[in-house]
Amino acid sequence: MTGPILLTLALASVTTLILMALALPLAWWLATTHSRIKPVIEAVTALPLILPPTVLGFYLLLLMAPASPVGGFWLEVTGSTLAFSFTGLVVASVIYSLPFAVQPLQAAFERVGTDMMEAAASLRARPLDAFLSVALPLSARGALTAAVLSFAHTVGEFGVILMVGGNIEGRTRTISIAVWEHVESLEYAEAHALSAGLLVFAFVTLIAVYALGRGRMLHVR
Amino acid sequence: MSADLVLNLAYRRGDFALELDASIPPAGVTGVFGPSGAGKTTLLRLIAGFDRPDRGRIVFDGEDWTGLPPSRRPVGTVFQAPRLFPHLSVRGNLDYAVKRAAAGGPAFADVVEALDLASLLDRRVQTLSGGEAQRVALGRALMTAPRLLLLDEPLAALDADRKAAILPYLGTALKRFAIPALYVSHSIDEMARLADRILVLRDGRAAAFGPAGAVIEGLDPAPGEGFEAGVIVEAKVAEAANAYGLSRLDLAGQTLTVPGLDGVSEGGVVRLRIRARDVAIAAQRPEGLSIRNVIEASLLERRDQGVHADLLLDAGGPHLRARITRESADALGLAEGQTVFALIKTVSLEGLV
Repeated sequence: MTGPILLTLALASVTTLILMALALPLAWWLATTHSRIKPVIEAVTALPLILPPTVLGFYLLLLMAPASPVGGFWLEVTGSTLAFSFTGLVVASVIYSLPFAVQPLQAAFERVGTDMMEAAASLRARPLDAFLSVALPLSARGALTAAVLSFAHTVGEFGVILMVGGNIEGRTRTISIAVWEHVESLEYAEAHALSAGLLVFAFVTLIAVYALGRGRMLHVR
Repeated sequence: MSADLVLNLAYRRGDFALELDASIPPAGVTGVFGPSGAGKTTLLRLIAGFDRPDRGRIVFDGEDWTGLPPSRRPVGTVFQAPRLFPHLSVRGNLDYAVKRAAAGGPAFADVVEALDLASLLDRRVQTLSGGEAQRVALGRALMTAPRLLLLDEPLAALDADRKAAILPYLGTALKRFAIPALYVSHSIDEMARLADRILVLRDGRAAAFGPAGAVIEGLDPAPGEGFEAGVIVEAKVAEAANAYGLSRLDLAGQTLTVPGLDGVSEGGVVRLRIRARDVAIAAQRPEGLSIRNVIEASLLERRDQGVHADLLLDAGGPHLRARITRESADALGLAEGQTVFALIKTVSLEGLV
């Protein structure tokens, strides 16, 4: 039973780290740009909120299959397939949870405002310096909210994982897949143990997020 | 090559256009004065680099700043709102500037002393009053070792009491650190007190530029601009305090008596503001009058406007302005060139020179 739990925690941790590294610059760009393509990028970022996980997973599976250019390239370089692997799950989770990282960060960065950034520039702070010394500290709550939501959302995903990763013990069988497996096999006691654990985890996480407060809340599905 | 701040700018956004061609000496305080919407703040933003001109150049002491980002321009900006960083203490805000400052700026201890910040250093910025926060903001700007200070109505958000409390600090700091400053305000009182020269902006263009006294003297009391016609004159202290607690001032050989001035000594020079409406006119030297300040002058100019006549007088060097009714002016038969006596009811002290 610990196998799926450890795998889930590993997947959620790696996904959260990668997401934060991607979302920080992306959210900053969205919060400060006057570019005309901003709505397009925002829409792409938010797509996983609307798309059924099966649809997203279906396209990701096609992309990762050895027959596609991306999947084929991966196979050539690494010697293993991207689909049905832990790495494939990470890629899928990063895309699937992207809005949960970007949106709280973007909202926090927008609240920092140009006034503070101008003040920093007037004190000789170059743009990167001003971002690190003013924008980021003032957005600490938003960043924490983004990390917690990314982690929690990855822990809770099911459809995308099933499509992209299947159900391979020790490689792609996360908690949510394991619950489904147990229920299919009529092992209700095991299903209960994992489900109750996930329920408590989700509840505690949301209390933490709401206690952090003021982060623009997403409709968590 | 000129050491001046040379501005040659064109900037347009929507209905608003700023077009300016000016050369500002890099010393003392240059007031930028004008009604709201005249382009005062825009001018400062262009100099600081927050906005870019459509055409033209900004050159300071021979260095072209036009293409430089704000963080590379050696200017210190104090905004209307203090814009202190809320995640840092007062000391943290000051240190932020110190860490990034160019060499050769004012010492931390000197700035703290000049602005009386010692007791505030460990406070959170959220607990500061408006005046305290603006003092910290000024200190923070000074710590960057700026070669030019830009002050964008730093007192606008404060009430009259707070304003009166912070003005002396501002005046002292500007003098003590001798950093040339552009001071934006729509308050003629602040201008009179702080500015050495004044650039008047109207509708994005320079309407006047010159020594503070001359510019203020030339201002017409346009409706809605919130200032009154008057003059700024400098007078020498002849006697600091007599038995009645009055000070005697020498205005180009004639005597002005004013309520005792604090902090002046004989031989010092004070800057006075005399409003046009506080000056009455007599055709002969009056006798038996409670008003003691009677200045002989010749009438340089008489301009009739509605019920009023605006008079410009020459008191042997310094100019005075008077606003009386047109009826009085006609009754006295006032004509240009004539000798008159200016009866000054009130004088306000604007500062020591």
